[in-house]
Amino acid sequence: MAEIPIFDIAQRVVATARTGEQIEAYVARSRHTEVAVHAGAVESLTVAESAGVGVRVLLGDRQGFAWAGSLDSAIIDDAVAAARDNATFATPDAALAFAAPADVSGPVAELDLWRDDILATDTDAKVAHALAVEQATLAADPKVRAVESAHYGDSASEMVVLNSLGVHASKRSSMCSVSTHALAGEGGATRTGYGFSAGRAFADLDLEIAAADAALRAVRLLGSEQPATTNLPVVFDPLVTRSILSLIGSALSGEAITKGRSMFVGRAGEVVAAPMVTLTDDPTDAAAFGAAGYDSEGVPTRRAELIKNGVLTGFLHNIVTGRRSGTGTTGAAVRGGYATTPGVGARALSLVPGAAGPTEIMRAAGDAFYVQSVSGLHSGTNPVSGDFSVGAEGLMIRNGEWAEPIREVTIASTLPRMLKEITAIGSDLTWFPGGAAGLTMLIGEMTISGS
Amino acid sequence: MSAPVVNPTDPLADLLQEGVVEVAVLEEVLGRALQGGGDFAEVFIEDRASTAVHLDDTRIEELTSGRLRGAGIRVLSGDATGFAHTADLSPAGLLEAAAAAASAARGGGADTKVIALSNRAGTPQLVMIAPESVAKERKVELLHIADAAARGRGDAIKQVSATYADSRRRILVANSDGVLATDGRVRTRFMVQCVAVGDTGMQTGTDAPGHTQGFEFFDAINPELVATTAADRALTLLRARPAPTGKLPVVLRRGAGGVLFHEACGHGLESDLVGRDASVFRGSVDQMVASPLVTVVDDGTYELGWGTSAIDDEGTPVARNVLIENGVLTDYMWDLTRARKNGRASSGNGRRETYQDLPMVRMTNTYLVAGDSDPDDIIADTEYGLYCAALGGGQVNTATGDYVFGVTEAYLIENGEITDPVRAAQLIGNGLDTLRLVDAVGNDFDTWAGTCGKDGQGVPVSAGQPTLRVSELTVGGTARG
Repeated sequence: MAEIPIFDIAQRVVATARTGEQIEAYVARSRHTEVAVHAGAVESLTVAESAGVGVRVLLGDRQGFAWAGSLDSAIIDDAVAAARDNATFATPDAALAFAAPADVSGPVAELDLWRDDILATDTDAKVAHALAVEQATLAADPKVRAVESAHYGDSASEMVVLNSLGVHASKRSSMCSVSTHALAGEGGATRTGYGFSAGRAFADLDLEIAAADAALRAVRLLGSEQPATTNLPVVFDPLVTRSILSLIGSALSGEAITKGRSMFVGRAGEVVAAPMVTLTDDPTDAAAFGAAGYDSEGVPTRRAELIKNGVLTGFLHNIVTGRRSGTGTTGAAVRGGYATTPGVGARALSLVPGAAGPTEIMRAAGDAFYVQSVSGLHSGTNPVSGDFSVGAEGLMIRNGEWAEPIREVTIASTLPRMLKEITAIGSDLTWFPGGAAGLTMLIGEMTISGS
Repeated sequence: MSAPVVNPTDPLADLLQEGVVEVAVLEEVLGRALQGGGDFAEVFIEDRASTAVHLDDTRIEELTSGRLRGAGIRVLSGDATGFAHTADLSPAGLLEAAAAAASAARGGGADTKVIALSNRAGTPQLVMIAPESVAKERKVELLHIADAAARGRGDAIKQVSATYADSRRRILVANSDGVLATDGRVRTRFMVQCVAVGDTGMQTGTDAPGHTQGFEFFDAINPELVATTAADRALTLLRARPAPTGKLPVVLRRGAGGVLFHEACGHGLESDLVGRDASVFRGSVDQMVASPLVTVVDDGTYELGWGTSAIDDEGTPVARNVLIENGVLTDYMWDLTRARKNGRASSGNGRRETYQDLPMVRMTNTYLVAGDSDPDDIIADTEYGLYCAALGGGQVNTATGDYVFGVTEAYLIENGEITDPVRAAQLIGNGLDTLRLVDAVGNDFDTWAGTCGKDGQGVPVSAGQPTLRVSELTVGGTARG
């Protein structure tokens, strides 16, 4: 396909703006490679390019939206017409606006999120990586009987936001990963373990770490059983902490707050967490996978402090929620791609790490449940009521040492209670894909439901 | 109110007429795809148009139109699949993608294959009212009706959001076996979410029916009823007490628990997972894996089902496939790739979210067949347990069979009667155990529409079941023990 600069496409869309209307074009294009291997052979290899345009039209106070999963000019023209028509049915909303030059006057983080080696590395080397991580998983522990699947994936993405007020932002980033699922044990006693390594450059990937994690996580759960129902302190694995922070981040989004759909509504300035808890979202940190110089409306991103020493100090906002709440945008507009309008979300959430490492936290916990992974996080948590009840597996900690593996339990509490009952935050901060960093964390007490 | 039948349209004729594809080009592209020596090549073309209208807090917040069009080309060579996709449907664009897919699946022989396609006609969908023929004003009006109905349930309903959505998906599949198959599917859905606020805090309730059907969907589905169902769920939760914890008998109301069987056994019966040794059901064909009361079917032909189509996304006609019959595992679900490996036919379960995705073995409409018991007797026969009237999403680890899912509307059963509502519970169990523990199956039936996710791809599915009881499931509530 002839390569049309995506800026030109955005410009063509915005140029159609008529008197009395504003237009915003969001154009995204990405190339990706995906390799799946199984039992020493390539199962599938995908090499592809995706591209699309999201068009917003503002007719006074009314907004219309349409998207096209294609860069075909006729289809894009249809989308512009559809967005314009859709606007006539929307309820007027004075808070609606596109990014204006005044919104983008702040400093822009200089971030280098692109590595040429992802596009430069040939496909054979990528296939070899997937095969090697599978082999390394099998070799990592004799108790690993098979690898369910091993993958290599990468993407090189670029996006442009341009609007008829003259705001223009663009960015490009690259990312790659290997992942592997180890199987240990037989039949109904089978346990699985996941391991991965991710980076911006091909050279960043560490296959041995991915393989060792997957093997360890599967093997250490062998022989796990369902315990009796009890209340215990809980230690979260960094990956679990990452997922929980993401939930908390969504409850701190201006969208949830201005619509009254968050447990944090009306709590600004109040103590919402233990004094050791300081939570920030900082997309200007290049170490975060979600790092970005601009948000999805073209506004420069910035560090936002959400909770400081246990006190709720801020929320995340895009243009609309910033106007609605009176605090202005915090550069936190996010889009799920060209097919959605800008929402609000964290890109780089992290807790300020504590002094103790994971082993010290385990020792200090005495008797606790170490949660290696959770399931049903989406269905089991409610960001409005704060109710939290999810499936979990992991290991018991007894007298500060690893003890028997546990399966088929749920852990329950409420998110507000969990935040206040955080009793240790690890020093082991690690950035993971998915908008948040993980670290080991100890919660005072949760209900463990088993037999 | 329904107009006379104006559809079925012929999707292939449409695509040809719009100049999207030409049969001779497809034949050339398939030939090019096999030049590197692949065993099998396929072109999948998709054209999808969708509309969504979203109301929030009494305001029409967004009206979205979307259009996706492109082709995915795959080449099978031995056990390897090469795949490329493109939004450029010109002959040059398709040939370029074919070359990319071919180079991804290297190896094998290098015979020149000449492909001749012949049309395989599926059963077209009868659409009474094409959603795109309905004025946007009418769709907006339905949302306002729902909003008013939900708010009418009481002052405690503080927020209402509602979404109307329709989509028309046309697909064309051409492959080197000479298959040329097309399908067009219209789906319509209506969703309402309510937030209720009371002394006990905030609670949410949702209802979201969807059919593979045109706008005549609203002859059967009343937006007011969807709204009041969602509102009542939120209101019920306000007076709910924390759920109990531990092992209890669980009665699942008709339609509410289909997702349990979707998770507990459906995924484990997908032959790609079985072949990867990632299913607890591996090697269990002809074995007793469930209570004799359990018969589970996956039925892509199910009338109006959210997961219904004429052909799957590999061009295979869908079918009603019996997976478990009276407790005995009869067969897995198959796509073309897995079927070829095993020297058998596909069961019509090869599905993909879009042309940008590789097809996988997926469920369509999966349900547990009704039995003989009167649902009231099942409840009356339960001394103490949990009655689940609505479930949220779930998740399963197919390799271990362990699953979990959220309960969004539930009540205690005490002395054979449904009593207090309870909230915030998760059910956790193991698929193999749960299937064996089904000890009563009702003579009623209902279904539930949702999106099933697997390896990052979401496809529309439905799940169904009669009222039934599982003698023992672990309930993880928030009541502190």
